[in-house]
Amino acid sequence: MAVETELLAGLVIARLSGDIDHHGAKPLREAIDGAVIASGARELELDFRDVSFMDSSGIGLVMGRYRLMQELGGQMWLVNVAAHLKKVMILAGLDRLSILDKPIRRDGKEGKPGEPNQYHEAAI
Amino acid sequence: MNPINTMKLQFEGRSVNEAFSRTAVAAFVTQTDPTIEELSDIKTAVSEAVTNCIVHGYRDTLGTVYITANLYPDSRITIKIRDKGRGIPDIKKAMEPMFTTAPEEERAGLGFAVMQTLMDKVKVTSKEGKGTTVTLERSIRSKGE
Ligand SMILES: Nc1ncnc2c1ncn2[C@@H]1O[C@H](COP(=O)(O)OP(=O)(O)OP(=O)(O)O)[C@@H](O)[C@H]1O
Ligand SMILES: [Mg+2]
Repeated sequence: MAVETELLAGLVIARLSGDIDHHGAKPLREAIDGAVIASGARELELDFRDVSFMDSSGIGLVMGRYRLMQELGGQMWLVNVAAHLKKVMILAGLDRLSILDKPIRRDGKEGKPGEPNQYHEAAI
Repeated sequence: MNPINTMKLQFEGRSVNEAFSRTAVAAFVTQTDPTIEELSDIKTAVSEAVTNCIVHGYRDTLGTVYITANLYPDSRITIKIRDKGRGIPDIKKAMEPMFTTAPEEERAGLGFAVMQTLMDKVKVTSKEGKGTTVTLERSIRSKGE
């Protein structure tokens, strides 16, 4: 479990990797929140491309970051979520928050809902 | 029906052992030739039950977590995960989605819901002050079915 954060004009991209479980959740949470708060960013993208495993501790992590961005008047979304992880997220109702595979902003351009996930396509 | 193979595992309830224990159970179950999805479901459910022993059963203490996994001739597996911790006063309530006694740790209250969705059966027995046993059951479909 690890996270790498990158700041792009008001957007923090957090690339998570490895297993997200109770053991690893706290350092991940601190790293992501630290990057958001220090930068004053209002948008957060969680990239799940290199996440191999996630249980309900990962749901807690996602919901906690969703709440943080709501409090800051910002937005967050997830990209590159593998099918076996999406299964757990959907049963937790995260699909109802419409943060799963949202279109990605690129160069500050706003993506429109329903647009293909550009990040996803680039990865294929 | 008697199991055709059994594995027992016992380890200290340290969070670093969450990954170890789900991986060990998955390695044992691999001999039934599960699909990647079945293996992933089992790992996730085991992780939920083991994490509950550590986070809730042994809250503020360090205790031992016990796992017994059985493989049956009809490709059914059972995994029993047990702690000797504080126990659950109201099991029905504890199993309700979103119910948690530890919201301050960003717990979603979804561990049991995840286990129930991913497994065929989830049985919970518990006694306050004595501990909790969660038994997970799942049939492994042979590939190509
Ligand atoms: N082994 C256990 N010993 C004592 N209490 C338990 C045990 N397992 C579960 N519980 C109780 O049942 C509740 C619900 O468990 P569940 O796994 O569904 O959610 P959670 O652990 O609180 O949150 P999450 O699993 O989403 O991180 C817990 O909050 C706890 O009160
Ligand atoms: Mg739990």
